[in-house]
Amino acid sequence: MSYRLEHLEELEAESIFVLREAFAQFENPCILFSGGKDSIVVTHLAVKAFYPAKIPFPLVHIDTGHNFDETIAFRDELVQKIGAQLVIGSVQEAIDNGLAQDEKGVHATRNTAQIPTLIDTIEKNQFDAAMGGARRDEEKARAKERFFSHRDDFGQWDPKNQRPELWNLFNGKKKFGEHFRVFPISNWTEMDIWEYIKKEKIALPSLYFSHEREVIRRGGTILANSPFITLKPNEKVTTEIVRFRTIGDLTITGAVESEASTLDHIIAEVAAARETERGNRADDQRSEAAMEERKKEGYF
Amino acid sequence: MKGELLRFTTAGSVDDGKSTLIGRLLYDSKSIFQDQLAAIENTSKKKGLDEIDFSLLTDGLKDEREQGITIDVAYRYFNTPNRKFIIADTPGHIQYTRNMVTGASTANAALILIDARNGVIEQTKRHSYIASLLQIPHVLVCINKMDLVNYEKGAFEKIKEQYKDFAAKLDIQDFKFIPISALKGDNVVNRSKNMEWYNGPTLLHSLENIPVANDLNHIDFRFAVQTVLRPHTDEYHDYRGYAGRISSGILRIGDQVTALPSQMQSRVKKIHCAHLELQEAYAPQSISIELEDDIDISRGDMVVKTTNQPQNSQEIDAMICWMGENPMQLNGKYSIQHTSRSGRAIIKEIVYVVDLNELKRIEGKTTMEKNGIARIKIKTTTPLFFDSYRTNRNTGSFILIDETNFNTVGAGMII
Repeated sequence: MSYRLEHLEELEAESIFVLREAFAQFENPCILFSGGKDSIVVTHLAVKAFYPAKIPFPLVHIDTGHNFDETIAFRDELVQKIGAQLVIGSVQEAIDNGLAQDEKGVHATRNTAQIPTLIDTIEKNQFDAAMGGARRDEEKARAKERFFSHRDDFGQWDPKNQRPELWNLFNGKKKFGEHFRVFPISNWTEMDIWEYIKKEKIALPSLYFSHEREVIRRGGTILANSPFITLKPNEKVTTEIVRFRTIGDLTITGAVESEASTLDHIIAEVAAARETERGNRADDQRSEAAMEERKKEGYF
Repeated sequence: MKGELLRFTTAGSVDDGKSTLIGRLLYDSKSIFQDQLAAIENTSKKKGLDEIDFSLLTDGLKDEREQGITIDVAYRYFNTPNRKFIIADTPGHIQYTRNMVTGASTANAALILIDARNGVIEQTKRHSYIASLLQIPHVLVCINKMDLVNYEKGAFEKIKEQYKDFAAKLDIQDFKFIPISALKGDNVVNRSKNMEWYNGPTLLHSLENIPVANDLNHIDFRFAVQTVLRPHTDEYHDYRGYAGRISSGILRIGDQVTALPSQMQSRVKKIHCAHLELQEAYAPQSISIELEDDIDISRGDMVVKTTNQPQNSQEIDAMICWMGENPMQLNGKYSIQHTSRSGRAIIKEIVYVVDLNELKRIEGKTTMEKNGIARIKIKTTTPLFFDSYRTNRNTGSFILIDETNFNTVGAGMII
């Protein structure tokens, strides 16, 4: 018997530790559930962390109203299966109430409208910790995130005033009105996520696997055709074999041409891929510091 | 990919080429994606550079990009067929000792960069002292910019001797020297053709072969309880699972254990890792334990083997690195967090403050500024169950928290 853990086992042990720590240190934590593979893995880890008890906190979905149908169906099925509570924060409602603004024009997305909706949902439900599936390898600004990330009473992130995080000692102390974002899978890479999904046989929305779909090519991005997209004069709808590497809104999530229909195919594709998964997200391409700007305002 | 995880930290002075080295490691091990490469190529051109500036890959935040220096700990990931690596990239600038300590706290190895033209300088000493203080098991001393000293063996050997002289005063278990050029790629991932006189491994080869599991303490079983799992269902009516991550050692079914602070004893009935039942478990696994007897255990308690118990005291000697904006005060009161246990602590004595430039002790101080390191005595409101940091990083470390703004202000290592 060699007393050593293989890297996925060590990552799993670390994430379970973080989830239990969040549960123990906060009064009212929740999981931010987007329907994407990372939040699905966080939910899976939460099930393991508290087994045989049920997940002791709700899943929160910020619903932009621009979701893929597959995401919503998957979400509802998962919530039922694990017996978790679901809290929905509606972007449409926030827009109707004047809390958020809808963007206009061909490049309109509901990305920025998610921020006030999320902060409002956190405040209304008095969540003091929101756990998310962000990973440090995704994007430059995220490389500096802590496991326990402190937000002020405006829900903002101050990259220059983060608490140092030493050893495995997480400081979740806060003043009234402040909250934390907690990132249990900070140290996982895209490849780790896929290998873990395979190892644990975790179910995913069908969007991740190759399928036939009506799409629009815009710049370097392949977008799904949907009622929420406005075609530019020279654009046309075609049918292609694609899959998605990340799942966000219909209006911003770029598909990739792919024949990968099984986890093994996807893992092979990820291993060979020469683009980061966010490389296809129209929201990050707005400027080099786009993600950092949104994080400061309270993005996931 | 099967393989272990190696966490390492990097330290260097501002112009030692640390970011370039990391960029080179990522590039040569094919861990940079096309869009990332395109972005930095683009920026390099804008800045009027002939070659790709790899440091742009790791300098994450906008403010830093403008200032051109790294100002916080950033984590990077790459893997080879043999191992997964996590880099804690920390700045070398003087006022950021706190970041270096943070990065070092979880590292199995440290890379220390020395500019071949300058040799061992004060910052090298400071970085090495921190590596020693934080008990990083392996130190790789990279003598960089060998291209600027014509790849001469003499320059390398001279610095090596210089470093060895100084390191004799420190407590580093294992250190190795590698002559490299991060800019040109010599001995980082690929063996240098310019330094045939060097027969040792490349940097990446060294990183791939550091024995990670051997650094864990497999002797002293320590289990800090994070929370108690009580399902309240018919199926698991009387179930009480003590959940936590094993700090050190090995636990088997049937082991006689003692809970602290109650001193109540019982035997291990079952060990769970989610839905799996294990016969034995070891650090750093996250598990839950069922005991034969229904004894009162809650968060902050520690389960240990009855025959191998930690120290149990309210008076503790420690080294501390200060990170707070307000100086540490003699007789100052702070919150303390140690394993899953919290309480309050008072600084009873500042035995000495370390002069990081001269590596000398200064006695008689009553305060200590941010980025200072000192030996202190503290008294806690609740007993802590601990081992010396040297024998157990998990049960030998604690943090102090400011009671007014709740910031983490001190990183403590128990002596």
